Amino acid sequence: MGRFKPFEFLSDEIIFTILDSLSSSPLDLKSFSLVCKSFHSLESKHRKTLKPYSTELVNKILNRYPFVSSLDFSLCPRVADKTLCLISSSIGLKSINLSRSKFFTHLGVSSLVSNNCLTLTEIDLSNGISLNDSTASVISEAKNLEKLWLSRCVFISDMGIGCIAVGCKKLKLLDLKGCFSLSDLGVGLVAVKCKQLQILDLSYIPITNKCLPEIFQLPYLKSLALVGCCFIDDEGLANIRQGSLSLETLNMSYCPNVSHVGLSAVTNGVVSLRQLIIAYGSPVTVSLTDCMQRLPMLQSVKLDGCQLTSSALKAIGDWCISLRDLSLSKCVGVMDDGLSLLVAKHKQLKKLDISCCREITRLSMDSITNSCTSLTSLRMESCSLVSREAFISIGKKCHFLEELDFTDTEVDDEGLKSISRGSRLSVLRIGICLNITDEGLIHVGTHCPKLIELDLYRSPSITDLGIAAIASGCPNLEIINLAYSTDITDNSLLSLSKCTKINTLEMRGCPNISSTGFSAIAQGCKRLTKLDIKSCFNINDSGMALLAHFSQSLKQINLSYCSVTDVGLLALASISCLQVVTILHVDGLTANGLIAALVSCRGLRKVKLHTSFKSSLSQPFIEHIESRGCSFQWRDKPFQAAVDARSWKQQLEATL
Amino acid sequence: MDFEDTPLGHQKCDKEMDEDAAARKLPDWDPQAMLWNLSFLEHKIHQLRSMVHLIVQQQDCVSHRSNGLLAQQQQLVSADLTSIIVQLISTAGSLLPSSKTSPSTANVPRSVHVSEAVEQNNVIEHLEIGQAVNYVLEQNDIGKSNLTAAAVEEHEFKEEEDVEEGHDLHPGSYEVLQLEKEEILAQHTHFCLICAKGFKRDANLRMHMRGHGNQYKTPAALAKPAKDLSTEPVVLRRYSCPFVGCKRNKEHKKFLPLKTILCVKNHYKRTHCEKSYICSRCNNKRFSVSADLKTHEKHCGRDNWLCSCGSTFSRKDKLFGHVALFQGHTPVLPSDETKGSVSDGGESHELTTRAGSTRFNFSSGASSGIDIQNVLGSRNGEDDPSSSYSQMDFEACNFYGFPELPRIPSEVSEGSLSFLLSESSSVRNGGSLDDAL
Repeated sequence: MGRFKPFEFLSDEIIFTILDSLSSSPLDLKSFSLVCKSFHSLESKHRKTLKPYSTELVNKILNRYPFVSSLDFSLCPRVADKTLCLISSSIGLKSINLSRSKFFTHLGVSSLVSNNCLTLTEIDLSNGISLNDSTASVISEAKNLEKLWLSRCVFISDMGIGCIAVGCKKLKLLDLKGCFSLSDLGVGLVAVKCKQLQILDLSYIPITNKCLPEIFQLPYLKSLALVGCCFIDDEGLANIRQGSLSLETLNMSYCPNVSHVGLSAVTNGVVSLRQLIIAYGSPVTVSLTDCMQRLPMLQSVKLDGCQLTSSALKAIGDWCISLRDLSLSKCVGVMDDGLSLLVAKHKQLKKLDISCCREITRLSMDSITNSCTSLTSLRMESCSLVSREAFISIGKKCHFLEELDFTDTEVDDEGLKSISRGSRLSVLRIGICLNITDEGLIHVGTHCPKLIELDLYRSPSITDLGIAAIASGCPNLEIINLAYSTDITDNSLLSLSKCTKINTLEMRGCPNISSTGFSAIAQGCKRLTKLDIKSCFNINDSGMALLAHFSQSLKQINLSYCSVTDVGLLALASISCLQVVTILHVDGLTANGLIAALVSCRGLRKVKLHTSFKSSLSQPFIEHIESRGCSFQWRDKPFQAAVDARSWKQQLEATL
Repeated sequence: MDFEDTPLGHQKCDKEMDEDAAARKLPDWDPQAMLWNLSFLEHKIHQLRSMVHLIVQQQDCVSHRSNGLLAQQQQLVSADLTSIIVQLISTAGSLLPSSKTSPSTANVPRSVHVSEAVEQNNVIEHLEIGQAVNYVLEQNDIGKSNLTAAAVEEHEFKEEEDVEEGHDLHPGSYEVLQLEKEEILAQHTHFCLICAKGFKRDANLRMHMRGHGNQYKTPAALAKPAKDLSTEPVVLRRYSCPFVGCKRNKEHKKFLPLKTILCVKNHYKRTHCEKSYICSRCNNKRFSVSADLKTHEKHCGRDNWLCSCGSTFSRKDKLFGHVALFQGHTPVLPSDETKGSVSDGGESHELTTRAGSTRFNFSSGASSGIDIQNVLGSRNGEDDPSSSYSQMDFEACNFYGFPELPRIPSEVSEGSLSFLLSESSSVRNGGSLDDAL
C-alpha cells in the first residue's frame, strides 16, 4: 500500500509524449499496455490509429480505444456494411482506409459519411470495383474531406465525381488512377470546383486535351500525374498558355503523343518544378532537353525506357542546373560518351539509375566515380560490360553510398571489399553475381552494420560462412534473399535467427535446408511477414508447427514443392493475419486438408493452387471462401526440376 | 443525244429573274426589255424546233424505239413549250396597268396565269383539263393557296421563322399577302375536280386522279409539275398574319412579315390557336403543330441529366457546363440507384457464425464430429504441436455440407470485369493495370 509509485508523478501528457515516440513499433506499445491497469487505460486513451486484422472484434476494439480516429482496414479482406455502420456510430472518425476490402456498398459508406461528415478528412476507397456513383454521391457529403483515393474505382463515372467535386471543396489530394469511366467532363468539373487541390492523379483515365486548361489553372497544384493518358497530345498542351505556377512534380510517362513541343508548353514558366518524369514516352532529343533546361529548380529527372541519343545526354550535361536524381533505366541508346559527358557536369548527383543500360563500360563508370562523389544510390543492374576494376573504384571514390544494386554484374570479392568501406550501406543487391564468394560477404558483414536489405539471389558460391558473417555483423537486417543459393544449409538459418528484425526471407530453391534450421528462424525472427520456402524439399510439418506458433505476424507464404502435409497446413492456418498462400505441387496435401485449412484461416485474401485441386473443391465451398474476401488463382504449371545457377544464367542469356 | 442535260432551263431562269426585276422597277413598259424578251422567245422556239426535228430524224433512222423514250421526249418538248408560253404570258402581263397599281391584287392574275399555263401543258393533249382552268379561276381563293402550297408541298418540316429576310427588306420593297384564318386552317389545299375530294398534297391528288380514267395515268399527267414553274417572274412576297394586334400583322407598327405560307400556318397555329396535341409520354407538354409534338416526343423522357436545382438536360456536357457555372449546384443521380438500406441481421455476422460452427462430417466413427476449431484450439496447450495432429484421418473427411452457406452476390459480374481487363490491356501498359486489378 505504501509503496512508491514513480509513474503516478508523471502526468498523462508526459506519458502520451513517451508513447508517441514508441508508436513506430506496435509490439512495444503492446508490452507497455500490459504492464499494469493504468498503463493499459492510458495506452487505450492514447491510441489514435488502428489496423485491425479482422472485423469480427471491431465492437470490442472500439470500446477499448475510444479515441481512435483513424482506421486502417487494409488487413481485412471483408468489411461488410454492418461493420461500417457500427464504426460510424461509435467514434469520431477522421480517416479510414478500405482500399483492400470488399463487400461493403454505398450504404455502409453512407452511414460512415453521414455520421462523421464534419470530421472525416481522409478516405481511401481504392480498388473499389463494386463501388458506383451512389457511393461517390454519398462521399460528397463529407464537406471537410481533404484526401480521397479512388484509384481503380472503374464504375465511378462523371456523375459521381461531379458530386464529389461540388461537395468536397477542401480536397487537397485526389487519386483517380485507372477510373476508366471518367471523361473530360468529370475531371474538368473537379478542376473547376476543387481549387485547393495540391496532388492530383489522373493516370490511365481516357481524358483528352479538353480538360487540360482547367487542370493547369489550379492555383495550388503541386503534383500532377498524367501517366498513360494517351489521348493527350502536343496540340492540346500547346493550347495551355501558362502552366500551373505551383507545380513541383509532373509525371507524363506513357504519353506517346507528347513530344518536346507539348512539354515545353506545359513547363513554360513553371519555375517551381522539381521533378519531371517522362518514362516510356517519345524519344528524348536535344530539343526536349532544351525545354527542361529552362526549369531552374529541376532536381530529379526520370527518363526510364526512353530512346536517347548521345547528343541529348550531352545536352543534359550542358545544363547550368545540377540534378540530384537521374534515372535512365532501360533507356535505349545510352553510350559511354554521352553518359560520361553528362555525369562530368552534374557533380551534385545523389541518385543514379542506369539499370539495363547494357552498352556502358568502365569508361562511364570511371567518370561517374570521378565526378559524382556524393552519390548515395547507384543502381546498375545488368550493366554486364562494366569490368571488375570499376567496382573497386566505386568503393574508393564514393563514400556516401547507401543503396547499391549490382544485380547481374561482374562485381567480385575485391569490389565488395572496396564498397563495404563506406559503412553507410543499407541496401545491397548482388543477385546473379557469380564472382562473389564468402570472402566478399565477410567484408560486407564486418563493415556494414547498417545493412537492412541484402539480395543474394542465385549466388552459387555463397556458403554458411558468409551468411554467418552477415548475421553477426548486420543486426538491423530486415530483408534477405537467399533464393537458389544452393549451398546454404541449416547453419545459415541458425545464424540468421539472431537477426530478430528480419521480416522478409526468401530462400526458395535451397535444398539443403531442413525443418531444424527453419524452426530456428521461426523462433528467432518473430516479425517475419513474408516467407518464401518454395522448393525447400526438406521442410516438413514440424517446421510449420513452430512457425505457426511463433510468427504471429506472417502475412505471406509460398509452400510450393515442400514436404508439408495437411497437418502442417492446418497449423499454418491458425496464423490470424495470414493473407496470401501459394501451394503448388505439395504432394502431402489432400483436398480435405486444404479445405479444412481454408475454412479455418479467416484472413486469407489470395490462394494460389494447382488446377488439379479445382475438381475436388465443390463450387459452393469455393463461393463460400470467396465470399469471405479470398480469391483463388489456379495455376497449371508442370513440375519443374531445379537448375543450377550457371546453367540458369546461360539459359537466360540465350533467351535474351 | 441527251436532252436532259441541257442547261437551258437555268440560264433562262436567271435571265428572267433579271428581266422581272427590271420590269418591276419601271413604271412604264420598257421597249428595250420587251425586245430582248421577244428575241429570247424566238431563240427558244428555234431551239425547240431543232429539237423536234432531231426527234423526227431519229424516228426515221431507228425503226424500233421504246415507248418509254418516246414518252420522255414528248414530255421534254411539252415542258419546253410550257415555259415558252409562261414567258410569253409574263411578258404580256408586264404591260397590264393593274400589275403595278396594287401589289396585293397584282398577284392574283399572275397566279392564275401561271396555273393556266400549267394546265395549258396538259390541254395540248387532254382538252378535258380545260375545265380545271375554269375551276381554278372560279375557286380563286383556294386556287391561290393551292398554287403557293404547291411550291412548298415537299417541305415536311416546319420552317424556321427566324430566318427571314424580311428584317432586311425595306417596308415597300415587297408585296404583302394576307390569308384568311379559314384558309390557313384549311385541311386540304388540293381538290379533285371530278369528285371534289380534298388532299393535302398535289402528289396525292395526282395519284387519286388515276382512278378517274386512263388519261390521268400518262407519265405527263403523273409527273410533278415542272420546276420551270418557278421561273415565273419572282416578286418578293411576304405574308401577314390575319390576327389583328399581332406583330406579324401588317397593321402592327413594327410589322415583321412572315416569309412563306408555311411560316404563316405554323405561326398562326402556334400563337393564336389552341394547343390540341398533347404528349402521350409526359401528358404535360401541349402543341398546336403536330410536327412540334413529334420533335418533342423524340426527346421526351430523355432529359435524364438532372441538376440539384431541378433543371434537366438532354446532354451530359450541358449539365456539367451548368454545374460548373453555378455555386452549389450538384449533378443528381437517377433515383433508383440510391435506394436500399443495410439489411437487418447483417450477412457478415451470419457468415462468421456459420463458418465458425461448420462441422466436418467425418465418415469414420472414430473421428466423427470433430470440430475444426477445437482441433486448432488444442494447439497451444500441447508441448509438441506436431504430434497432436497425427491421429487425424483427413482422407475420411467429407465436405458436402456447403450448399446452404451464404454467398454474397457481387455487383460486378465476371463478364463485365473481364471486358475491362481486356480493354485495359489494349492501353499501352496493360501489364501494370492488370497487376493493379
